[in-house]
Amino acid sequence: MNNYETVFILNPVLSDDQAKDTVEKFVKVLKKANADILNNEQWGLKKMAYPINKKSTGFYNLIEFSADPSVINTLETEYRRDESVMRFLTTVLDKHALVYNERRRKGEFKNKENRKPVKKAEEGTTR
Amino acid sequence: MTLMNEPIKRAEIKPKYCRFKKNGIKYIDYKDPDFLLKFINEQGKILPRRLTGTSLKFQKKVAQAVKRARHLALLPYVGDSLK
Repeated sequence: MNNYETVFILNPVLSDDQAKDTVEKFVKVLKKANADILNNEQWGLKKMAYPINKKSTGFYNLIEFSADPSVINTLETEYRRDESVMRFLTTVLDKHALVYNERRRKGEFKNKENRKPVKKAEEGTTR
Repeated sequence: MTLMNEPIKRAEIKPKYCRFKKNGIKYIDYKDPDFLLKFINEQGKILPRRLTGTSLKFQKKVAQAVKRARHLALLPYVGDSLK
């Protein structure tokens, strides 16, 4: 059971509940393949750095889960089948990433000041 | 006054350090574009190690994170006046 994290962008033309249904569909796909979902975040409509097939905004969603490696293939074919998904990226999480995500969920990186977790003051004053 | 054979003032040159080792950062998140902006120049290119001074291990992680962020359109492939 590895830990994975998948981010996918949905077409902005979808209405809100359509977007929710597609996210729900992917969550169901994962649940059916008995993966357990650690975190499910919707970043909502975000402006993209460059237009993807003529759209410059998209619904960003993040799902963090742990599953068997074989599940990823089914998930990705599901992504490719659904044309409302404009782009997706699944990555494996190592132990440092898990610790990071844990702290991110706790909101440690919310404001920019404590961006560096340890010994931030010295960074600017080294001679 | 040519700087041809002037001695280099060692004291003034600040030794570069790897900010990840110094600050104990272990994971570089590709989902956080503001943090990654520090490692790319105005055109969106990844800054080389000789300028940022990061160690090889973390430069690879930064490069991979920037490329993933670009794939997810969080960072542009070719930006203009990005900062």
